[in-house]
Amino acid sequence: MPDPTTPILTADGTPLKAKLAQTTRQLKWKAFLLTLPLVLFVVITFVLPIGQMLYRSVHNPAGSNVVPQFAEFIQEWDGQGLPDDKYVESFVKDLAVARKNREIGKTVGNLATRVNYEMPGSRSLITSTARKAAKITEGPYLDALIKINKKWENPAIWLTLQRVSKDYTLAFYLAATDMKYDETGKIVQADDLYQIYIPILLKTLWLSAVITVLCFILAYPVSYLLSTLPLRTSNLLMILVLLPFWTSLLVRTTAWIAMLQTEGIINDALVFLGAIDDDGRIQMIYNQTGTIISMVHILLPFMILPLFSVMKTIPPSYMRAAKSMGASTFYSFRRVYFPQTIPGIAAGTLLVFILAIGYYITPALVGGNDGLLISNLIADHIKKTLNWSLGAALGTILLVVVMVFYWIYNKLVGVDNLKFG
Amino acid sequence: MSNTTGAAVRFEKVQKSYDGEVMVVKDLNLDIAPGEFLTMLGPSGSGKSTCLMMLAGFEPATNGEIYLNDKAINSVPPNKRGIGMVFQNYALFPHMSVAENLAFPLKVRGISSKDIDEKVKHTLDLVELGAFGNRRPAQLSGGQQQRVAVARALVFEPELILMDEPLGALDKQLREQMQYEIKHIHERLGVTVVYVTHDQTEALTMSDRVAVFEDGIIQQLSPPDELYESPQNSFVAQFIGENNKLSGKVTTLDGNVCDVLLDDGTHVKSEAVNVSAVGDRTTISLRPERVEVDPQSPMDNNLKGKISEILYLGDHLRIVMEVAGNKEFIAKIRNRGETRPFAKDQVVTVSWAASDCKALDPVS
Repeated sequence: MPDPTTPILTADGTPLKAKLAQTTRQLKWKAFLLTLPLVLFVVITFVLPIGQMLYRSVHNPAGSNVVPQFAEFIQEWDGQGLPDDKYVESFVKDLAVARKNREIGKTVGNLATRVNYEMPGSRSLITSTARKAAKITEGPYLDALIKINKKWENPAIWLTLQRVSKDYTLAFYLAATDMKYDETGKIVQADDLYQIYIPILLKTLWLSAVITVLCFILAYPVSYLLSTLPLRTSNLLMILVLLPFWTSLLVRTTAWIAMLQTEGIINDALVFLGAIDDDGRIQMIYNQTGTIISMVHILLPFMILPLFSVMKTIPPSYMRAAKSMGASTFYSFRRVYFPQTIPGIAAGTLLVFILAIGYYITPALVGGNDGLLISNLIADHIKKTLNWSLGAALGTILLVVVMVFYWIYNKLVGVDNLKFG
Repeated sequence: MSNTTGAAVRFEKVQKSYDGEVMVVKDLNLDIAPGEFLTMLGPSGSGKSTCLMMLAGFEPATNGEIYLNDKAINSVPPNKRGIGMVFQNYALFPHMSVAENLAFPLKVRGISSKDIDEKVKHTLDLVELGAFGNRRPAQLSGGQQQRVAVARALVFEPELILMDEPLGALDKQLREQMQYEIKHIHERLGVTVVYVTHDQTEALTMSDRVAVFEDGIIQQLSPPDELYESPQNSFVAQFIGENNKLSGKVTTLDGNVCDVLLDDGTHVKSEAVNVSAVGDRTTISLRPERVEVDPQSPMDNNLKGKISEILYLGDHLRIVMEVAGNKEFIAKIRNRGETRPFAKDQVVTVSWAASDCKALDPVS
């Protein structure tokens, strides 16, 4: 036995560990260099944008961009009643300067929009005041503002201005979770009418779960059939499963419109067969049903493939062995076959569920109002309302939800138990 | 009539075809006695595995009837046949521990958990794996997995156990060891075993009787020694052990002795096994270890041979030579410690007794 405290030496006297590190270093470098293009690609196209999104959801510098001196100064205010005139003075002066600014992100409009997010209806207050700000040359400034618009008498607007003057804010997360600051600056639940995002998020989770379960029910027997058929037949059927991948997503989704709409093939067939009246045509699209049907179809291959690849590795001798020991077909399936397919089920359901949570195009096309998912709202904020911070906050919440599900999943199934192929 | 045979297993005129064109098993008739160790031996595609699958119930017989303890079982599903089975790749359930694997057939039978524990432990001890009950099959070596598979087939005490090439996945040394273990378990428990293999050594060492399959037909059904010593046809002679072939024509036939004129003009005296008339083509089969090279006194047959290759194998010398037109005539000379002054291209006398060579059906 060599003494464990003295290091083992190689023939030329260097310690073995050092020598080993030296010889493997080159290999490690080579491996790193080989992956470098991909690492860079992922960093530039994925990590940085995601990071930017996370940042944007809490960082909105409208206040400090538009009214920089006021933004800094107002933080000293204690927030009681109306602010002292010195704060108002700096606001008026900053506003007068900002009115001439045409730089993107630093216009009065930016501030007005930002304030309007938190106090709906106050956009014109800011813009109209800004137009007249240059004419106010001496105090008391607050009275001058109130003369322009009565709303400046409301302490809430000043509290809001103080809040939006901070670069970092939770306001968008509050909005994304249907909460808001009340008049005194406390965080409260938004009015029932404005409860939008949480219900949509819950609906998204629910629909994704329904879609996942339906995919599983449809995919399991198909995968079993594919894995047991002779190779030639199963290859042919496999092509049918993969065929949708070769067709554009848009084409597949619009095909469902042709199938499901009230004047569509299915309704026509049902009317022709006399199953329903001409006025009793079933609404199967532009609602949740449409979203579920077309998404199940589109996501089905993602369930079949992992299930198939796992079932393929289960030799028929297991079922035979179980039967030879006296177990009925059902018992053998339940105790022997099914448990061995769990890695495939886990992979398939996780894949379909996570894809469904973030799905965008299909619900946008066939979902109507009822079948919209959270990602459609995110897209709305990014493309239409241009409230990127709110879109980013929603996106971040979605990311966190997915990660929480992944974590729960890992606890239940174990990620190393997943088998995609 | 078939109700009173007392056979553990009886195949009666069993035929099997998968595609309706090729007959995989042609007219199989076979009785297996209780407690017998019967091996179905044959090359792949000979129908032996199909017979086993029909017996286990995984493949229906296309025609004919299979009896288990004199009861027809064609319509009995596999899980009602009560036959233990050891599969080629063991088919141990990977998601269950060794003990759970063994408990499986007992649970199915609704045995109380106390009895299950007892039986599982007893059976694991039998295969010397008492300490491995909590392991997963993947944590065991190939030989241990093999023993678990045997134990699982034994644990519910079936009267009949089927083994489908159970040692195929093991290396040579382990395979030999397992042959003895399975043999000993069979002797101790007295169960009937039907064993399928393509390995003739396994068949010869373990079996009470061997059924040699080829082309869907049992070519010969005999105890191992008889199979080796007196093959009934050329296929069996060549499939079991090594074999020298000499082709010729029968010139005289007298009871079970005949004289064969080889194609190069030499005469050989031989035992007539599978020839029917003078003038028939025949192939003479002769075991290499029955050949004497340069014997001290002449024997029934004495031919000239020209050595082309000498291989030293430790316990014996293997001499390849040309005899009567056969360029791959082999003689095995036991290593008795004498110096053997054989050399390449040397011409020697090769002799053997007439009873050691068998005149069988001709092969081209």
